Amino acid sequence: MDSVAQRISAVGAGAALELRGVTRMFGALAALTDVTLTVRPGERRAVLGSNGAGKTTLFNCVTGDFPPSSGTIRFFGEDITHFPPYERIRRGLRRTYQISALFPGLTVQDNVYLACCGVSRGRFSPLRPSPNDALMHSTDLLIQAVHLTPIRQQRVSELAHGQQRQLEIALALAGAPRFILFDEPAAGLSPTERRELIEILTSLPSHIGYIIIEHDMDVALRVVESVTMMHNGRVFKEGLPQEIESDPEVQELYLGGGHE
Amino acid sequence: MSLLQDTRLHAKPPATAAQRPALAWAEFDNPAAWAVAVILLIMPLIANGFFLIEIFGTTLILGIIALSLMFLAGYGGMVSLMQLTIAGFAGYMVAVFGVSGSANISLSWPWWLATPMALALATAFGTFGGALAVRTEGIYTIMITLAIGAAFYYFTNQNWAIFNGHTGINTIATPHFWGVDWRSDIPFYYVILGTAALCYFAVLYISRAPFGLALQGVRDNPRRMAALGFNVNAHRVAAYAFASFVAALGGVLQVWNYHQISPGSIAVERCIDILIIAMVGGITRPIGAFIGAFIFVILRTFALDFLVHVGLDGNRFRLLIGIGFLVIVFWSSDGVVGLWERWRRSLAGADSRSRGGGHG
Repeated sequence: MDSVAQRISAVGAGAALELRGVTRMFGALAALTDVTLTVRPGERRAVLGSNGAGKTTLFNCVTGDFPPSSGTIRFFGEDITHFPPYERIRRGLRRTYQISALFPGLTVQDNVYLACCGVSRGRFSPLRPSPNDALMHSTDLLIQAVHLTPIRQQRVSELAHGQQRQLEIALALAGAPRFILFDEPAAGLSPTERRELIEILTSLPSHIGYIIIEHDMDVALRVVESVTMMHNGRVFKEGLPQEIESDPEVQELYLGGGHE
Repeated sequence: MSLLQDTRLHAKPPATAAQRPALAWAEFDNPAAWAVAVILLIMPLIANGFFLIEIFGTTLILGIIALSLMFLAGYGGMVSLMQLTIAGFAGYMVAVFGVSGSANISLSWPWWLATPMALALATAFGTFGGALAVRTEGIYTIMITLAIGAAFYYFTNQNWAIFNGHTGINTIATPHFWGVDWRSDIPFYYVILGTAALCYFAVLYISRAPFGLALQGVRDNPRRMAALGFNVNAHRVAAYAFASFVAALGGVLQVWNYHQISPGSIAVERCIDILIIAMVGGITRPIGAFIGAFIFVILRTFALDFLVHVGLDGNRFRLLIGIGFLVIVFWSSDGVVGLWERWRRSLAGADSRSRGGGHG
């Protein structure tokens, strides 16, 4: 959509993601209150907080699933507050869902292929891809990256939970992502699958930044360089992983009380 | 292109094209499909005029219209009750722009001008209706499309300037060129068969192209589709446009078949017939539309004789259709195609059980 010059100036503008006073109301309930947050390009950050802290709502506001009630969101300098979700995705934003949001009636390959189509031209093409189609090639690479090649022809409804979580990540890596929001990617994974997940996250190209919501501190603190702690819809604390981990207030609120 | 190309994540070479059976024409290696194709092609040698047009021709025409619903509902998850209305609109436009007995209404354009005009206007009409309907989901889509169907029915009943009120338009001319009367039984049968085959294979082909796959993605999870960069509503409207064109083709054939069109041809119960046809046949597969249409036409044609034969009122033939509908949908939510596939699976299951039985 935007010109090359605009993109370059946008990159030069500094932050990858910049939220200013973002508030989201559900009726009288404030799920997010005055959230201000800046993430540099390539930065990897964890968002921590107990249930109902507003972490997923924050993601929904950024991707446009639920637009914010007030405040502004900038993505690489561009104000995307009022953009529909697909316009944000086409600009390089990606997300995964806490509860796998896949296409159960389609195969693994079709799921990933759709993700590749979504961020390229020819979304409405009535022509089938040729065998050496570039998108089919990217599809193959993505399926390999998340170790699903042996089951690429299986319908998603037949997949195990861990495989669905891996596919969820593959969908978010399609095209040329610039910033990814991971919503509890490790939920329900086995220790082996968690190690694979950490490997995938740490081997992403360094220009791709992300925010990860993760309850498992072992996963979260190994793959991020900064942490934002949320509480009751507000940003409670920001800092380095070690600072947050050893912060007495944070321990009181989150790590001490009811952490599995 | 892919971000992963510069990472060390992919050690293995990419899969070759041969490993992509999902893109093959699955239906082509089925001997039963070839047998049906051959029988349909040589039908004029087997069947006389009545069977050829009244049974097989009508089946294929209703199948085309039901196919347009199957495309929307099966792939897109949008149950549209206005598909017959779109077909009827195309039929009316053929009558209005072409040659008919109502000289004060018809513009008497040649068929090769009137037909594309009718197809284009009906597609536009259906796309507009779709643009209204895509703002809703589920039962509300059904209600909006039914409302459009009902509104058009009452409008044609009351409008005399264009639609000639409840009498409709009669003695509509059909194409006549290269010395062939294309409405005479055998040429007309092949025109219908060719159009039906074209629509069927087009739907089958598109279902595996980006447009059709994305439509199935919209059916399964519209919110995720938006989060993958798709404009979900634009995709839905495009699906309506394609389905409208298919329905319009059916409508043009329909009006050539009967030489007339009246509000009775587009009544609300006829719209529901299309839903019944698609459901009975099986809404998930394109072939279901034609199987459903065949069952419907057979029942409609012979139920009356059958009922009279067993000493019942012949007018109760709709009761028989209703019971048949109930029985099929009760046993299989996926119609006859679903029953067939279940039967095939149970055969395959029994086969593997008997082979593996030695292990206890």
